[in-house]
Amino acid sequence: MAKTQIRLSGSGGQGMITAGIILAAGAAVFEGKKAIQSQSYGPEARGGASKAEVVISDEEIFYPKVMAPDVLVALTQEAAEKYSKDLVDGGILILDDLMVKEAPKGNWKIYTMPIIITAAEKVGKAMVANVVTLGALNEICGLVSTETLEKAVLSRVPKGTEELNKNAILAGIELAKACKAEGGCCCGK
Amino acid sequence: MAKEVKFLQGNEAVCEGALYAGCTFYAGYPITPSTEVAEILAARLPKVGGRFVQMEDEIAAMAATLGGSIAGRKSLTATSGPGMSLKMENLGYGYLTEVPCVIVNVMRGGPSTGLPTGPGQSDIMQAKWGTHGDHPAVALTPSTVQEQLEETVRAFNISEKYRIPVILLTDEIIGHMREAVNMPEPGDLEVVDRKRPTCDPKDYLPYKPEADGVAPMADFGSGYRYHITGLNHLEDGFPSNDGKLAQADEIRQEKKITDHYDEIVVVDEMDTDDAEILVFAFGSTARSAKEAIKMARAEGIKVGLFRPLTIWPFPDKHLQKYKNKVKRIIVPEMNLGMAILEVKRVMEGTVPSIEGINQIDSEPITTITILNKIKEGK
Repeated sequence: MAKTQIRLSGSGGQGMITAGIILAAGAAVFEGKKAIQSQSYGPEARGGASKAEVVISDEEIFYPKVMAPDVLVALTQEAAEKYSKDLVDGGILILDDLMVKEAPKGNWKIYTMPIIITAAEKVGKAMVANVVTLGALNEICGLVSTETLEKAVLSRVPKGTEELNKNAILAGIELAKACKAEGGCCCGK
Repeated sequence: MAKEVKFLQGNEAVCEGALYAGCTFYAGYPITPSTEVAEILAARLPKVGGRFVQMEDEIAAMAATLGGSIAGRKSLTATSGPGMSLKMENLGYGYLTEVPCVIVNVMRGGPSTGLPTGPGQSDIMQAKWGTHGDHPAVALTPSTVQEQLEETVRAFNISEKYRIPVILLTDEIIGHMREAVNMPEPGDLEVVDRKRPTCDPKDYLPYKPEADGVAPMADFGSGYRYHITGLNHLEDGFPSNDGKLAQADEIRQEKKITDHYDEIVVVDEMDTDDAEILVFAFGSTARSAKEAIKMARAEGIKVGLFRPLTIWPFPDKHLQKYKNKVKRIIVPEMNLGMAILEVKRVMEGTVPSIEGINQIDSEPITTITILNKIKEGK
């Protein structure tokens, strides 16, 4: 893996920044890769499109931000539209099927899956949608080992929520597997 | 043994550095993009016997920071542009009264409220000339999260050794990004404590310098009674209106820094030996510059990086080596041309072309922008 640029986006409060931190920390601390997490946000504390960016590389990373993402996750329609503009040709786009009604158009591999519904109904807490996202993202992109992802998640979540978060990772992996089994882009057009 | 690796935010690394250096007092007023420093130290300081105070504004925060130091605690405050402007009067008081402390300025867009959530590098000149009067200034410009930690320790060391407020001049990009940090263990990094008097309290003169130009500093409340004033003062700390003495004292204060240039000024020079082009870059901009230089070198362009970790005092002596040697100097900075003025002053017409890359649109200067500029002259 030379260098992968990932952008996680949604609405402020959905935990995309936390997801970005977990992913980058996992790669850097547990796998010794170079990784940087950065973010940009508006003045609002909640709501509004928000994004976290992660760069993972085998070599030193200088410019810390994402220039053009290889992978974009979007949990809202606004984020999908706003942050897909510079997604690379042939890039991967992961969308939530509840919140993103219309996938942005481009030459991308699009995976649309029920991330938020799965978190709320299958795992039991909508709050862990960001961890479900990580499970799915990592299954599709193979960024870190599943073991690393689990360690990274557990090192950042409150005590007493370990099982919940482990289940969220597994649910995300299952979602991605099902999506891939349907031809790689289950619902993308 | 392998060092512990932590994945830290830049502002978090400042806190780790402060605690490593022995900081036990923080007074501040929160402001984006520096707030995490206050937030984290509010939680951490009480656990190490320290104190955290949120003041009513940045003016009071600077006053309290000086007060904490006068009482003998290594003291820190953190802010950004608008807060830095408010701190200026009391910062001047800190220079004149020679009170060690560290001020973190996480630079954002400006002036005034400006672009609160975006990066800037427009406070370079403020760090030197922001408060009135002649005074020495020390400001450090880290480029990585690791350096955020290490340069905070160094900022405390310089402030303690030379009895001077030191500014850690960082920016929103480094302050908010997260990167792996090799955590230093006790003893890995030097930690300097201020000189304290050993004489009988009744013989103590708070401003009688020793050979290094620095006077030992007593903690208030430790039995050494002395007077502190923002007026020019005599060795006993009491005011004096004698202009000749005031001039001599201020020159002494300048010299305590300039005489120790070699200990204070740190510059990272990369690929400069055969360089025909030099890129002078600091802070987050230096990251892009480094990458651009590596790419240009791969194309056979003789270009090198001059990256000051100490921006004040300005690295004159380091830069003078390149007089009549390099053909171009490129100065990328997130302002409309500040550090470039100093580069021109130092090089005195000995470099055919000194060119800026200036950007204040809340976006970092990219690697490609700098690479294109390097190639322009070819």
